[in-house]
Amino acid sequence: MAVRRLSSDQPRDFAFTPENLAWAKETIAKFPEGKQASAIIPLLWRAQEQAGGWLPEPALRHVADMLGVAYIRAYEVATFYTMFQLSPVGAKAHVQVCGTTPCMLRGAEELIDVCKRRIAEHPHELSEDGNFSWEEVECLGCCANAPVVQIWKDTYEDLTPESLDKVLGAFARGTPPKTGSQIGRKTSSPEGAPTALTDPTLYDGSKLGAWRARFPELQGSDATPAPAAEKPKG
Amino acid sequence: MPKDLIIDGKAITVEDGITLMQACEQAGAEIPRFCYHERLSIAGNCRMCLVEVQGSPKPIASCAMGVNDLPPNKDNSPKVISTKSAVVKKAREGVMEFLLINHPLDCPICDQGGECDLQDQAVGYGSGGSRYAENKRAVEDKYLGPLIKTSMNRCIHCTRCVRFMTEVAGVSELGAIGRGEDMEITTYLEHGILSEMSANVNDLCPVGALTHRPWAHNARPWELRKTESIDVMDAVGSAIRIDARGREVMRILPRNNDAVNEEWISDKTRHVADGLRTQRLDQPYIRANGRLEPATWDAALAAVAAKLKAANPKRIAAIAGPLAGAEEMFALKDLFHRLGSTNVDCREDGAKLDPALGRASYVFNTTIPGIEHADAILLVGTNPRLEAVVLNTRIRKRWRQGGLTVGLIGEQVDLTYPYEYLGAGGKTLTEIADGKHAFAAKLKDAKAPLVIVGSAAIARADGRAVLAAAARVAIAAAAGKNSAQGETWNAFNVLHTAASRVAGLDVGFVPEKSATTDVDSFVAAAEKGELDLLFLLGADDIDMSRLGKTFVVYQGSHGDAGAHRADVIFPAAAYAEKSATYVNTEGRAQMTARAAFPPGDAREDWTIIRALSPLVGHTLPYDSINVLRAGMYHHAPQLAALDRVVPAPADVISVLASGKGAVKDDAFRSAVKDFYLTNPIARASAVMAEMSALKKAAGKQAGLAAAE
Repeated sequence: MAVRRLSSDQPRDFAFTPENLAWAKETIAKFPEGKQASAIIPLLWRAQEQAGGWLPEPALRHVADMLGVAYIRAYEVATFYTMFQLSPVGAKAHVQVCGTTPCMLRGAEELIDVCKRRIAEHPHELSEDGNFSWEEVECLGCCANAPVVQIWKDTYEDLTPESLDKVLGAFARGTPPKTGSQIGRKTSSPEGAPTALTDPTLYDGSKLGAWRARFPELQGSDATPAPAAEKPKG
Repeated sequence: MPKDLIIDGKAITVEDGITLMQACEQAGAEIPRFCYHERLSIAGNCRMCLVEVQGSPKPIASCAMGVNDLPPNKDNSPKVISTKSAVVKKAREGVMEFLLINHPLDCPICDQGGECDLQDQAVGYGSGGSRYAENKRAVEDKYLGPLIKTSMNRCIHCTRCVRFMTEVAGVSELGAIGRGEDMEITTYLEHGILSEMSANVNDLCPVGALTHRPWAHNARPWELRKTESIDVMDAVGSAIRIDARGREVMRILPRNNDAVNEEWISDKTRHVADGLRTQRLDQPYIRANGRLEPATWDAALAAVAAKLKAANPKRIAAIAGPLAGAEEMFALKDLFHRLGSTNVDCREDGAKLDPALGRASYVFNTTIPGIEHADAILLVGTNPRLEAVVLNTRIRKRWRQGGLTVGLIGEQVDLTYPYEYLGAGGKTLTEIADGKHAFAAKLKDAKAPLVIVGSAAIARADGRAVLAAAARVAIAAAAGKNSAQGETWNAFNVLHTAASRVAGLDVGFVPEKSATTDVDSFVAAAEKGELDLLFLLGADDIDMSRLGKTFVVYQGSHGDAGAHRADVIFPAAAYAEKSATYVNTEGRAQMTARAAFPPGDAREDWTIIRALSPLVGHTLPYDSINVLRAGMYHHAPQLAALDRVVPAPADVISVLASGKGAVKDDAFRSAVKDFYLTNPIARASAVMAEMSALKKAAGKQAGLAAAE
């Protein structure tokens, strides 16, 4: 992790939209009297969403004023949590590439190369057209589908440099691709066909449940063993 | 329930609810620490205070472990704690090694060197060499104002400074941004800290990350001569230590005094030190042909003596300023009485106080530690944050404990704690005094109510009526209540701003008819040409332009307004250069000590007056300060009770309350307009001037932002 600083490029002011303001008031009201400051993370998060994926400095003051806390407290929270972006992000996509071990082993470094080539040399840097930015993040929790990237709220999984290129191309065209696995598998189900537990005899009763054959009284009965064991008592 | 422990083989019974660190200290063990400070909340992040506790698999941070939280032994035998075992030593060495990984090896150029906790503890727990070959962390230095020099590479993230500013100073400006190794201490966007207490963070910093900018790289602690003394910048009388090298006062640091300032001092108290070197009066002057010309002591004394002898005793007067000590006021009053004049006044601001009423009518009766028992406070015409910074932090400390109601009549300002704003002027005070205001009921319901009257409120033309009204409120509020010691609760408090005021009233440095004759009548007489000689004992805050053709003698330490107007100047010692008695607003007599010699021909104040006395034919009967003090103690025995507060009989409050006159509805103003420039020494200080300018600029900025 690196030193995080506020961007030098800041808007003049920030204010919640009426919808967000109503939402914020509702959120603040969820906290007991005197503990309103606890609403700071949801409010900053909403401010980040409203400001286009990053947290401008006036938003820190706006939220701090709403909660009655000192500006430095909002500043502390925003700089502590790396999911708060302190500098502008791409208008169309901010690519968060997972760089933690499983993804790294499955080729995250090549994905970063793609980002460097297509977007910008350094993380948190805007692409020339201002539409893209990227950063390396810690585990996104999709290790079975490594390597993955997260763009806004969705993950794009099972990536290769080529498929990431396609994903980014789709964002550039303004037609976000299908989320999830990019090789067509369902969630984290096996890639292609199953590779384990493929023996059909596992499923025809010849192996699993074969013990039933030793109990003639169970023959032809659909009863599960446990109730069957109780039958003699009745 | 008291808890039995065995600490380093010593069986000890400790009280409930203390921390393991306190228990170890009670057992005589010394625990190293960086983040822990007894007056701040517990952070537990430096890990230096590790101790070994029997039954615990790992060493425990003793500062954050309560003795009640220790799991009991199976047989209920006392817990065995070790602070010196090999495990503890190894653990602390590990912590020290981690701290030193990123700490620069710049002790030779670091101002903290010689008084650095890290340096000292590295001697005990550091290893000889480093196993760390990587680059050290580099952190940008931060701008935190003109008083705090930062070198953030040295920061060990103890967060003492953040906790101090937030908890004690009550100004949430400092914070820690980032996380982990990249954590940095800063203010919001590096705005300078604007608190009257900010320089205390430099004392708290256990390393050299925050040091004092004004005296940076000027002296090493081991070459300084340390003198324990008393501050005179306000009427609180904070305990200070004056560090001097040769003739020069290098710095002023706080000293621990739980009864007054705990261990904090205001920025003015501390950084006025450079004012002791500039604008000094170091030789006598006589005005000749409209210009002040240097003169010898003999000539200056003779010139004043001739004027005094020739003058009608009714046409001479003396005014004592805010920094005058009790000794010189006593000597000057003695001299004037021998000359047949009682025209002396220490109430330079025109306070309508009358010492004849008794001491309880002009001191802070509840005492400063007494604030901690209060549950309702009414502030009348005062802004304690500027008038008595350290006292204000006491009120804030009390507020943080919960259950304190504060009401304010006067200027609506940020006091660092919330208060109920009752009104601006006398009308509200009268309403409370008459019991018609809701706050009167709150004071009545309180167990330990306080009424604090500011010195500006009683310096108004209707000051006597303000005092009477405040006394009525205090009597009604305190009726039937007792202090923790079982004494009758006295709720009436006067908050002075001048360090000399209470001592002046104690030694009777007031005119005989103190109700009608005062500083204002002296000045009016001077304006009309009815005054032959005016003796200013460090008095600079009167309107010099109104003195007309009066012959003005100025005795003081600094070339300020009084010296500019004077016809003869007697150069005198400043508070750091003499032993003098000052009585703080509580009535606590304390003595300063000489830390350095006065510059040039300047002399201690009482000796000047003593030297003048034979020339006017009334030799004062004291040849040493001890004889003078004996005489003074005879006259005002309460001054002999050094460092203590002798409770004043409270029955005089009812006499005060019977005072006639109506309180005018004019808005109350604070006695302190510019915190950094309240006396001649502060006005001579470049640091104070810079702080004052910064504060004004910040005020303008805030005003502009508010206007937008």
